[in-house]
Amino acid sequence: MKSAAAIANEPGWLSRLRERAAHSFAELGYPTPEREEWRYSGRLLRELARQRFETAEAGSTVSRETLEELAFPLFACSLFVFVDGYFAPDLSTPHGLGGALGDAWVRSLAELARNQPEALQGRLGALVDLKRDAFVALNTGHFRDGACIHVPRGRQVAQPIHIVFLTTRPAATHPRVLVNLEEGARASVVLDHLSLGAESRFSNAVVEVDLAADAALDWIVLQRESPAALHVSRTRAQLGRNARLSSHVVTVGGHRVRNDLDLVLAGEGAEGRLEGLFVGVGEQQIDNYTHVDHAVPHGTSRELYKGVLAERARGVFRGLVHVRPGAQKTSAWQSNPNLLLGGRAEVDTQPQLEIHADDVRCSHGSTIGQLDVRALFLLRSRGIDLHEARRMLTQGFAAEITDGLPVAALGERVRELFLERLAGVVS
Amino acid sequence: MMLEIRNLHANAGDTPILKGIDLDVAAGEVHAIMGPNGSGKSTLGNVLAGRPGYTITDGEARFEGKPLEGLEPEERAREGIFLAFQYPVEIPGVSNNYFLKASLNAIRRHRGLDELDAIDFLAFVREKMKIVEMPEDLMNRPVNVGFSGGEKKRNEILQMLLLEPKLCILDETDSGLDIDALRTVAGGVNALRSPERAMLMITHYQRLLDYIVPDHVHVLSDGRIVRSGGKELALELEERGYGWLTGEPERVGAS
Repeated sequence: MKSAAAIANEPGWLSRLRERAAHSFAELGYPTPEREEWRYSGRLLRELARQRFETAEAGSTVSRETLEELAFPLFACSLFVFVDGYFAPDLSTPHGLGGALGDAWVRSLAELARNQPEALQGRLGALVDLKRDAFVALNTGHFRDGACIHVPRGRQVAQPIHIVFLTTRPAATHPRVLVNLEEGARASVVLDHLSLGAESRFSNAVVEVDLAADAALDWIVLQRESPAALHVSRTRAQLGRNARLSSHVVTVGGHRVRNDLDLVLAGEGAEGRLEGLFVGVGEQQIDNYTHVDHAVPHGTSRELYKGVLAERARGVFRGLVHVRPGAQKTSAWQSNPNLLLGGRAEVDTQPQLEIHADDVRCSHGSTIGQLDVRALFLLRSRGIDLHEARRMLTQGFAAEITDGLPVAALGERVRELFLERLAGVVS
Repeated sequence: MMLEIRNLHANAGDTPILKGIDLDVAAGEVHAIMGPNGSGKSTLGNVLAGRPGYTITDGEARFEGKPLEGLEPEERAREGIFLAFQYPVEIPGVSNNYFLKASLNAIRRHRGLDELDAIDFLAFVREKMKIVEMPEDLMNRPVNVGFSGGEKKRNEILQMLLLEPKLCILDETDSGLDIDALRTVAGGVNALRSPERAMLMITHYQRLLDYIVPDHVHVLSDGRIVRSGGKELALELEERGYGWLTGEPERVGAS
């Protein structure tokens, strides 16, 4: 890739950050499958090395009709759209960022960097490590724009904030999102990755979430790009005292997908709920890696990732729960049930606990199974045909996640999306 | 004849279980199939309902003149065969309401009737729930998940009441029920008795037959019917156990 190209008129500190990022990426290069945390993701890494995407140029236009068809914008929702990584104000509501959100705001990173750089300096990149993570370095060097969400102390944003990253070109985009909730603030955010066109492309997202004491964030990620897309995401969330994160990552798109989610429970009483649903068909491979760091006492984490793999699809789940010395009264639960539809689908699952405190309650587990033949027979013996019975049971498997989405209007849409993806194979 | 079974041999998996059953069931009749554990009672029910893994190896079973072999379970259900399960399976993530509606509408489509919408369905199912005294909140829960044993059996009978099958096969419906639940469940079954409908009650014990009085009683042993009689045969079995019919020395009956 070409070295860092700047946003027009970006401040000096940002240019210097990009230089450091470019330098770091030049040193690190893409990881290789020889490294333990990448050993299952070799196919993604080979594609990246082979295809060598350039960062997407600006200038592509997308009509509102096309967007609405693709993104089903949520009713009563603030919508912020990025096309090929560039903010598209015409597609976003309310027009001109801010408005309906009161003193809370969502702004374009590029605009913020030009007009109010002090709001970004020291925050952008604070939670992620561009010296050790090649994808963070790559994103930092190349992102053209992104969303910055800020909710001030005690402020509750009632409407969900819907952030759409839509790609139109066979190129690389580097979505960047910063979320900052001050003490006692609340918000719900839907981060939506979409693509227009069937050509291969690469999205490399970096998300930093900072929740101060007593803040609460509902966080939903929909990854529904074309089955030819490559997608990498690095998300790191840091929770202060009694802060709560409810994260729901739904992946149905992409040829090769690798999501890494790091949760740091940095304040006592913090609580993380991490849910995921990943659905692979055809030749897709979807990898979800999570890391929960119980750094202090009285933290709670509840993690449920469910995989549905059909045809020749592959899935990987690796979840590490790390309880640090002194993090007493930690309560951690982790589960990864997987449903294989068809004998050639595959899943690798590794829930892991690393516990360095003695007064904790931790449990974990994973299962790999197929549709329950007894349940299939019950449905069929009541007149429901095999195709419909399989569809009902598959949807039932995912219901725990789809019914639990904190933005209620999304549940039905995600159920549809889920079934649409599996339409050809659940028969 | 609604159900004609001739020299029926069947395997469960690779194991021969049924070894030559002959049985005629006419509309309006209630037949009890009794017998010790392992005699093939449940296999008979599963073979008739078309459960995968149960295969006919010889002889045949005809329902309303047509052979059952080769029909999918859903086709048999739509033709009017219903099996009430001994161990109703739990289905997480699928609400009872959704399941029952999908089932009823599949049957209605087959019968050339309009599908019921959510409102009409609710009115219809509420009527039937009263008959089996089923609490309404069970409709919004996943199928059988967290149901008590009695609630699961009520749910089976509710399905039967909704689908109004021609042939009801009840597999050990009395097992695991206390006397009040048994009475309610039997009430649901009796509500369906009619001259157009036949019942096949598979049971180990006589007590269900106090509430649902059969016209005919058959004793199954080692995959064959070894004795047929009227309802008094059930009382005799209660008295004497199965040993005198199956050739085993010990009494195997009520315990």
